[in-house]
Amino acid sequence: MISAQLPALQVVVPLLAAPLCLVLHRPFAAWLLTFVVSGISLLVSVALLGQILEQGVIDYTFGGWAAPFGIAYHIDFANAYVLLIVTAISTVVSIFAKRSVASEIEAHSQGLFYTAWLLCLTGLLGITITGDAFNLFVFLEISSLSSYVLIAMGNDRKALTAAYQYLIMGTIGATFILIGIGLLYMLTGTLNMLDMAQRLVAVADSRTARTGFAFLTVGLGLKIALFPLHLWLPNAYAYAPSAVSAFLAATATKVAVYVLLRFMFSVFGIDFALGAMPLSTMLVVLGSVAVLSASTVAIFQHNLKRMLAYSSIAQIGYLVLGVSLATPAGLTATLLHLFNHALMKGALFLALGCIAWRLGSVRLGDLGGLGYRMPWTMGVFVIGGLSLIGLPLTAGFISKWYLVLAAVERGWWPVVLIIIAGSLLAVIYVWRVIETAYLGKTKEAVSGTEAPLSMLVPAWLLAIANLYFGMHTELSAGIASQAAMVLFGGQP
Amino acid sequence: MVELPPFVLFYLAALAAAVLPRRARQVVMLAVPLVGGLALMNLAPDLLLRVAFMDLYLEPLRVDKLSMLFGILFHIGAFIGIVFSLHVDDRSQHVAALLYAGSAIGAVFAGDLLTLFLFWEMLALTSAFLIFANRTDRAWGAGMRYLVIQVLSGVLLLAGALMLYRHSGSLAFNHIGLNGAGSFLIFIAFGIKCAFPLLHNWLTDAYPEATPTGTVFLSAFTTKVAVYALARGFAGTEALVYIGATMTCFPIFYAVIENDLRRVLAYSMINQIGFMVVGIGLGTALAMNGAIAHAFNDVIFKGLLMMSMGAVLHMTGRINGSDLGGLYKSMPVTAGLCIVGAASISAFPLFSGFVSKSMVMVAVLEEGHPGVWLALLFASAGVFHHAGIKIPFFAFFSHDSGIRTTEPPLNMLAAMGLAAVLCIFIGCYPWALYELLPFSTGYAPFDGSHILAQIQLLVFSAAAFAWLKVSGIYPPELHSTNIDVEWLYRRLAPRWVRHCTQRLTAVSETLGETTQNASRVVMRSVVRHYGPEGTLARSWPTGSMVLWVAVLLAASLILYYL
Repeated sequence: MISAQLPALQVVVPLLAAPLCLVLHRPFAAWLLTFVVSGISLLVSVALLGQILEQGVIDYTFGGWAAPFGIAYHIDFANAYVLLIVTAISTVVSIFAKRSVASEIEAHSQGLFYTAWLLCLTGLLGITITGDAFNLFVFLEISSLSSYVLIAMGNDRKALTAAYQYLIMGTIGATFILIGIGLLYMLTGTLNMLDMAQRLVAVADSRTARTGFAFLTVGLGLKIALFPLHLWLPNAYAYAPSAVSAFLAATATKVAVYVLLRFMFSVFGIDFALGAMPLSTMLVVLGSVAVLSASTVAIFQHNLKRMLAYSSIAQIGYLVLGVSLATPAGLTATLLHLFNHALMKGALFLALGCIAWRLGSVRLGDLGGLGYRMPWTMGVFVIGGLSLIGLPLTAGFISKWYLVLAAVERGWWPVVLIIIAGSLLAVIYVWRVIETAYLGKTKEAVSGTEAPLSMLVPAWLLAIANLYFGMHTELSAGIASQAAMVLFGGQP
Repeated sequence: MVELPPFVLFYLAALAAAVLPRRARQVVMLAVPLVGGLALMNLAPDLLLRVAFMDLYLEPLRVDKLSMLFGILFHIGAFIGIVFSLHVDDRSQHVAALLYAGSAIGAVFAGDLLTLFLFWEMLALTSAFLIFANRTDRAWGAGMRYLVIQVLSGVLLLAGALMLYRHSGSLAFNHIGLNGAGSFLIFIAFGIKCAFPLLHNWLTDAYPEATPTGTVFLSAFTTKVAVYALARGFAGTEALVYIGATMTCFPIFYAVIENDLRRVLAYSMINQIGFMVVGIGLGTALAMNGAIAHAFNDVIFKGLLMMSMGAVLHMTGRINGSDLGGLYKSMPVTAGLCIVGAASISAFPLFSGFVSKSMVMVAVLEEGHPGVWLALLFASAGVFHHAGIKIPFFAFFSHDSGIRTTEPPLNMLAAMGLAAVLCIFIGCYPWALYELLPFSTGYAPFDGSHILAQIQLLVFSAAAFAWLKVSGIYPPELHSTNIDVEWLYRRLAPRWVRHCTQRLTAVSETLGETTQNASRVVMRSVVRHYGPEGTLARSWPTGSMVLWVAVLLAASLILYYL
């Protein structure tokens, strides 16, 4: 039955579509394939989530090879939730990509672009769904290599440098992860994560395990752009094509955070990761610094994509703060923010994509009076910005609220202050844009007004989602809390 | 349908006003408070609407006598304000005014602190646009200062609410009382909006900078929401008695030396709120009734005075007492209506102020606060002087400024007329208002002693003013206590205040310079590190990035081994 094969389809469909896309080559056909495949993946992930809600956990083995020996997919609330985020964002952004990519990338490379997109999607989905540590590394490489290509396709010459730096840093990160996995394999003799977790208990107090843990946390820290390992991210997001910025900002770091959580909670276990190891202290310090320093840097940025990139680094600070609390409430807040941040950053980057499509620039100085020339686009930006600040009735408020409550529950008042200070800094950098767009002087008469409908519709979808999930939290917060329970080792 | 929270109607109307053409907009705006008022009448008493929000229950609609009274009041206030601003052709002002009125109504029907906080912040945000709408640099600056203070009040409220929630596990907005840090934060938050002494500057700073019509809305809602919140949360808190007494007295000095007549009214507003705060602080049935009834009357007579000054400003473009005068010749109707408002605020018998202020005064005596009673008496005389006499006198009589204009547009006159009728109606038939009050005390306003005391006060104050005005100098011998006070605040206090201000100005200038220098240094260092080319923001060479990875790996290895 097809419903039993869904875990395989989730990865195989985009994987097989990628070479097909290369063969098709024509821009429209390639785009259509990407869109359709993203849509199918979304349906698959929704169906998977439905199955999880019914039966709790899905274990899928490839080729009938049973678990510790063959490659097994292990799906529970945590990764079904991340799969949903990745496929939903890919679908929405791929609608947007058609016109945006057409304006930013030459026609003969567009086929290649969509091929890389599909490979990146494959990689991200594979990382999330797999239950095998080495398989995870392979998919990590697939997604990383394709995202270097995607970034390098940006029409600014600096995109090449940015992609190159990301390549170096990403490779170092991946190598660290591989070394970490290798050390664990040496110690336990297995690559299946569940199996590894069981065998690790006995040997956790060894230097090998600690070294492995160090390599894994630093390697993943690089991938999630944890301060001070974030230096690759601003340029990568700023110079990538608009659609890629939106896609990667909303998915890539989220998946990396998921992997970190998976290793911390499911492989090493909470007692080791947050009890025996001082990781919690490290995360709370780095997370706090990330929130404050990246938000302050964002205030001074002229290039709005760079501004949003720094804001992303600050948001990663919030995610990490939630983890460092080491309570189910904190983890729920992190997972919730994973979802909500994908929505708000997606909406904001799409709005910038519309602006770039119209003006050819996303510098703050060029935005004067844009609120009246592109009211719909700026509407998305305003909603996304308010959500980023965390205004009530937007998704951002919900995640900040959970995070503050979780911090209050632990009695970590300084963390509460940092979260509030971060929101105030966000007010400043968002307000700068709104002020310029609505109160600033128009530079010169530019013909044309709004972005095309195919770009506005996905942007508004995400903007409305920001409002919807700001008011109805059954889906986002409900699944997040169940996923947090699963990661904490309880039953949902 | 009936169970829709009343603010929804206003928010929807604001949405409609944002797109409709002018005529249709006017119709919608006029209809909203009327339809809303009718719907309000149909609300079941003691209705409670609960909405699940995340894992909390919010109560956007809680109906009891207290919230109902303020609900009715705000509908009346909104209607008067809308009629008064009907001629204005400024979409943004209309939208902001509707949202603002809706937020005030939402706030008084809020059953929990989170909902209250939402409307609290909406009040701040929407009202700021009524100030910005003047579109001058002064208005922009004043509006920004106003917004900062108001948002701060909201943040304090949220912080306090969170602490209470953590403490008691409930967000319900009932009696809070002063105990614990959370309740203290909320108290300060309410206090800011209520213009407690030292926290009052936003009011006198911003209100006179709003548009002629905007001030009418501003004077009706923000502070009265705060009075409502205090009445709900802090009734019977003794500190309020003394805070209130201070509020009634200190603005008088400022009001007397102030030239901008709308700012005079802003000061007199603090003074009137002082009476309400005293009543709430006493917390007895009579005192609470008095405070609430006075809030009701204040919206109407203060609105009337603000409207008359707004009309003067609208027609002449001037508002300073020294530039005006003699306007009764060209604006007789406005002058007459202004005098009705002045009589009401001065608490002349048969005008609305009398029937509510005397309740507070009686309650103060009953509770044994003679000192406070004297302060309130002094404040009453002060009100009569600066709001009752100074406002109409300088604007409409005094020396002839030579300005010749006409009566304001019909809608302005209609709004003022409506308010004046209400002032007189409540003054003559106070039982209509007493019906709505939360407690029944059987208080009889037209008691011989009340009337006599008030008339004595008024007559002697008036006589003093007239005599001083005629003689033009201050003679050594003074006939009544009122004149003593008069001398105090017209000569000694201003001189003393001026002296102090000069000293303070010097100190604050030095302080300001130091802070400015310090903040410049801090800012420079922030820009150096965080600015576009700052250490933390520039693009780093790949080698340095790798170095950081090595540093972090080494750090984690060391930490994990320890």
